Amino acid sequence: MHFPEIEKDPLQAADHNLVCYKDTYEHFIWQLAQRRIKGGKTGLNIAFETVDRHVDEGFGAQTAIRWLSKQGLQKEISYADLKDQSARFASILQDLGLQPQETVFGLCTRVPQLYQALLGTLKFGAVFSPLFSAFGPEPIRSRMEIGNARVLVTSEALYRKKVQPWRHELPGLQWVLLYNVTQPLPENCYDLDALLEQSSPDFPARMCHPEQLALLHFTSGTTGKPKGAMHVHQAVIYHCISGYYALDLRPGDNYWCTADPGWVTGTSYGIISPLCNRVTLIIDEAEFDAKHWYQLLSEQKINIWYTAPTAIRMLMKAGAELAEEYDLSALRFISSVGEPLNPEAVVWGQKVFNIPFHDNWWQSETGGIMIANFATTAVRPGSMGQPLPGIKAALMKHHKDGTTTRITEANQVGELALHKGWPSMFRGYLHEDERYQKCFVDDWYLTGDLALCDEDGFYWFVGRADDVIKSSGHLIGPFEVESVLMEQQAVAEVGVIGLPDEVAGETVKAFVALKPGYEGDESLRKTLLGHARKRLGPAVAPREIVFRQNLPKTRSGKIMRRLLKARELGLPEGDISTLESDES
Amino acid sequence: MDSLELKTLILEELNNIAPEIEPHEVPDDQDMRDALELDSMDFLNLVTAVSKRTQAAIPEADYPKVLTVNGMVEYLLNVLN
Repeated sequence: MHFPEIEKDPLQAADHNLVCYKDTYEHFIWQLAQRRIKGGKTGLNIAFETVDRHVDEGFGAQTAIRWLSKQGLQKEISYADLKDQSARFASILQDLGLQPQETVFGLCTRVPQLYQALLGTLKFGAVFSPLFSAFGPEPIRSRMEIGNARVLVTSEALYRKKVQPWRHELPGLQWVLLYNVTQPLPENCYDLDALLEQSSPDFPARMCHPEQLALLHFTSGTTGKPKGAMHVHQAVIYHCISGYYALDLRPGDNYWCTADPGWVTGTSYGIISPLCNRVTLIIDEAEFDAKHWYQLLSEQKINIWYTAPTAIRMLMKAGAELAEEYDLSALRFISSVGEPLNPEAVVWGQKVFNIPFHDNWWQSETGGIMIANFATTAVRPGSMGQPLPGIKAALMKHHKDGTTTRITEANQVGELALHKGWPSMFRGYLHEDERYQKCFVDDWYLTGDLALCDEDGFYWFVGRADDVIKSSGHLIGPFEVESVLMEQQAVAEVGVIGLPDEVAGETVKAFVALKPGYEGDESLRKTLLGHARKRLGPAVAPREIVFRQNLPKTRSGKIMRRLLKARELGLPEGDISTLESDES
Repeated sequence: MDSLELKTLILEELNNIAPEIEPHEVPDDQDMRDALELDSMDFLNLVTAVSKRTQAAIPEADYPKVLTVNGMVEYLLNVLN
């Protein structure tokens, strides 16, 4: 089915930040972005740009965060409050004896303490690494181990369930700060809520070198352990300008980013970028529910909404008529990220909200939105849009002799690459320089995504160049899932792939070959599934497990996930010259 | 089907999706997503499976009514009778 281009009214362009994309892109210089940041003579600090500067400039009374609890309570946190609370958290770190540049992990649901902890950590000059609270113990432990965790901020309930049993394995983890403590405090833990009350609210943001490490975002690759993408304080220059251009953020907007703060979107565009642009963040603690979401959009008079394909498709399933009883006229811009948004969903936005969904593209490594559909540019449904001002994108072709060249013709598939040098680009994978260097060819960062570019410069996502799985917007490394299944006595080998799913984008499926003497029956399937869910959490664990006598492998013994996937989907098997042992 | 049979059916389907949860851990009156750490895909799969077995349609707009085991049983009793 063909989806016609959705044009924009040029007379309304002046109502948005990016009035003319073409002019801005052509004439963009980084000083323009730099100018939006206050900084100081001795450096800069993300927490200063997001909070303290607004208070200094007289906006302390403005609501920074409106937090909606699961029980329906509403809590207003002003910019002055947030300055105070983040300073208190920084003071706690100081009093404990943490050193700047050491790492604080956050394993938090959407609660105010998370925002205080993240901003307080940055204010102090330490590094913050967010974890997804629905992770099981294994992804939590492995990330904290790689990241040299010194401090963990989490709830008492999450700690008891997911951290306490293995905490002794991480001797470097010195301080565990718990919020919402209801029982006697577990051994070697601190009550964060009590400490916040006692600690000093005077802690000016420590001005840091622009290249000082600030954030550590874990992401997954096809092989090996999770990768810790390192981001520095000057990333804030890009957080600020990209929110201004790609999300059309303006001071005083009511802004709702539905991404969980345990992932990069929930940090870059759930906290830092919007606060830099002095909006009011609406934070909803509750889980997805179609009616509740419409109610929230309406009651909170949301102006800018940044959400994800899985959520949009769930709203579509719930039916457009559900939206009819709500006043959604405050919406000015709606946007989506996490995986490609199907054209039907883009157009559905137009029907229900009177604005199409604007898809955009970026990843943990880029730190910020790279390619986007903008408020003032035409939308080609299914396209990820055009590069942001300051971002140079290209498509690369890899040749058999190992060389890489830039594709210059339109509509040719290649690996999406970005010219290095934007402020929020990752500065490395923690402890894995070789893996980092492999991501670059000359001055281009290779993203691992395959795309094409049409004759007008719009980019279209084609697929991944590797085997990583995108499920409900979460990047899942097959190796991490396979390793956990391999822990079971009965399992000889495992191959994990992503299968297309109309709601989640992809779902995780595992193919398991058993050791002799074991039978792949229903009881064993449930044992493996239960084990994986307990260790990995539901977001990462397979939804489906099937048994095979043997899995297709290369001569070197590597399981050919690509082949498993092609067969499952009835697609051509492609080059199978390296296939040594086939499945049965 | 009576309410006991429906409850058994729901617990069976839940066990297929999330076998790590023991049936006795499943509370009757709490949001299953919170109490059992089910994510939205798990919940969607549960509703689909229950709907298929009972032949009772559960439209998305009614999901808030079936978030608890008792809520789901009651909803199905109404639809089926």
